[in-house]
Amino acid sequence: MHWLELQGLGLTEGATRILADIDLKLGAGRTALLGPNGAGKSTLLRLMHGLLRPSTGTVSWPNPLSQAMVFQRPVMLRATVLANIEYGLSLRGVPAGARRRKADEALARVGLPELVHRQARKLSGGEQQRVALARAWALEPEVLFLDEPTASLDPASSREVERIIGEIAAGGTKIVMTTHNLGQAHRIAEEVIYLEGGRLMEQTPVEEFFRQPSTSAARLFIQDELGS
Amino acid sequence: MSEIAQSLALAGELVAAGDAKLAEIVWLSLKVSLSATALSCVLGMPLGALLAVGRFPGRHSLIVLFNGLMGLPPVVVGLLVYLLLSRAGPLGQFGLLFTPAAMIIAQTVLITPIIAALTRQVIEDEWREYREQLRSLGASRMRAGRTLLWNARFSLTTAGLAGFGRAVAEVGAVMIVGGNIDGVTRVMTTTIALETSKGDLPLALALGAILVAVVLVINTGAFILRQWAERRWG
Ligand SMILES: Nc1ncnc2c1ncn2[C@@H]1O[C@H](COP(=O)(O)OP(=O)(O)OP(=O)(O)O)[C@@H](O)[C@H]1O
Ligand SMILES: [Mg+2]
Repeated sequence: MHWLELQGLGLTEGATRILADIDLKLGAGRTALLGPNGAGKSTLLRLMHGLLRPSTGTVSWPNPLSQAMVFQRPVMLRATVLANIEYGLSLRGVPAGARRRKADEALARVGLPELVHRQARKLSGGEQQRVALARAWALEPEVLFLDEPTASLDPASSREVERIIGEIAAGGTKIVMTTHNLGQAHRIAEEVIYLEGGRLMEQTPVEEFFRQPSTSAARLFIQDELGS
Repeated sequence: MSEIAQSLALAGELVAAGDAKLAEIVWLSLKVSLSATALSCVLGMPLGALLAVGRFPGRHSLIVLFNGLMGLPPVVVGLLVYLLLSRAGPLGQFGLLFTPAAMIIAQTVLITPIIAALTRQVIEDEWREYREQLRSLGASRMRAGRTLLWNARFSLTTAGLAGFGRAVAEVGAVMIVGGNIDGVTRVMTTTIALETSKGDLPLALALGAILVAVVLVINTGAFILRQWAERRWG
């Protein structure tokens, strides 16, 4: 059973077609969006999350699910880590008494309980990314969108973030993420969606995608990425 | 030449002695301009945030209007507020003309557009950076505007200061609605204008020096505050 359906989805900005004719049903628990730079991966995530309105087509949720998104570059308020996490909770109507406990739990789960009173914008990129994950996780979303969650992180931080994503997924949250790290897609995802030039090329189970992609575009992409 | 030197020496003595009349004038100046600045921040900052994050018909016209009003000549503001407050005017019944309250009103009218326009610029930059994140978390535009005002609190001190600087240094508006009455509505700028025309240079010079010092001290304080905030909050 799918939980999200895109029909004839397209987005045009001025004269540029960013996405066109996307027909897609998402049913997997962990999906990776792959494709070269400028393929439209981030744009597609934003459309799914409702941050952008499509020029054509529809995004439909058979059952409305609560969502959260972690952006490629974490955006933190000028406040402590705790205040940043509590802010998201207050927007979702979590009563004041419960926010602190949920924030502490989320920070503990990303392995940064000691940062609770630090100023969020003074943390390193990797720490901020994990705080952003904690902020999203604290909201207990049913779907979590992740845009290149490990793009600028060192290998150790990347592994840590992968572990966190694995745990979030294990808790039943559906994950949709973009990444340029094919190993990461292989480790995390059940299903791969491959985009190129704003078009959906294929939607394939992960093992099959890496063993034998059904389009030559995807095959070339995998060769290029592995070769470089 | 020696007359100027003499005046300067006398001015120094006035300041050093803590002359009562001088102190009264400085105190009234600060009271009026700080009150006007506080009122303008309360009015202009939410308005600026609304202009930055809001979406309503006429928003662009309002932005252009407020940018234009930043350059409003103080004498024109004075004249308008005079008409409002004069006995025959719509607010005449309150008898505010030629009181410090009238001066506060005039300066508030003068600097609210400045503070609103500068706030809009600051919050618009913040909105560009935070928009998607705040919407993703579920913030309404109103809530986002409030959040960003607080988030930008240190950058916004610049807007408040620009307003205060303009208020404390203007002479046209307070002269018209205050009337420059000795001991009642006489502030630094109006006194300088009057004493200079009367030829009493020491008092004018002393007040001029204090005015410059006030502006310098406040700007330095704000600079230090921003540096500190930048280091602390990033
Ligand atoms: N607001 C916009 N106006 C015009 N063009 C845009 C806009 N947003 C994105 N684009 C263009 O749409 C295309 C897809 O952008 P998008 O950010 O979705 O790509 P991506 O697949 O995420 O790439 P990357 O791997 O580099 O992150 C790009 O060519 C980009 O320049
Ligand atoms: Mg992208």
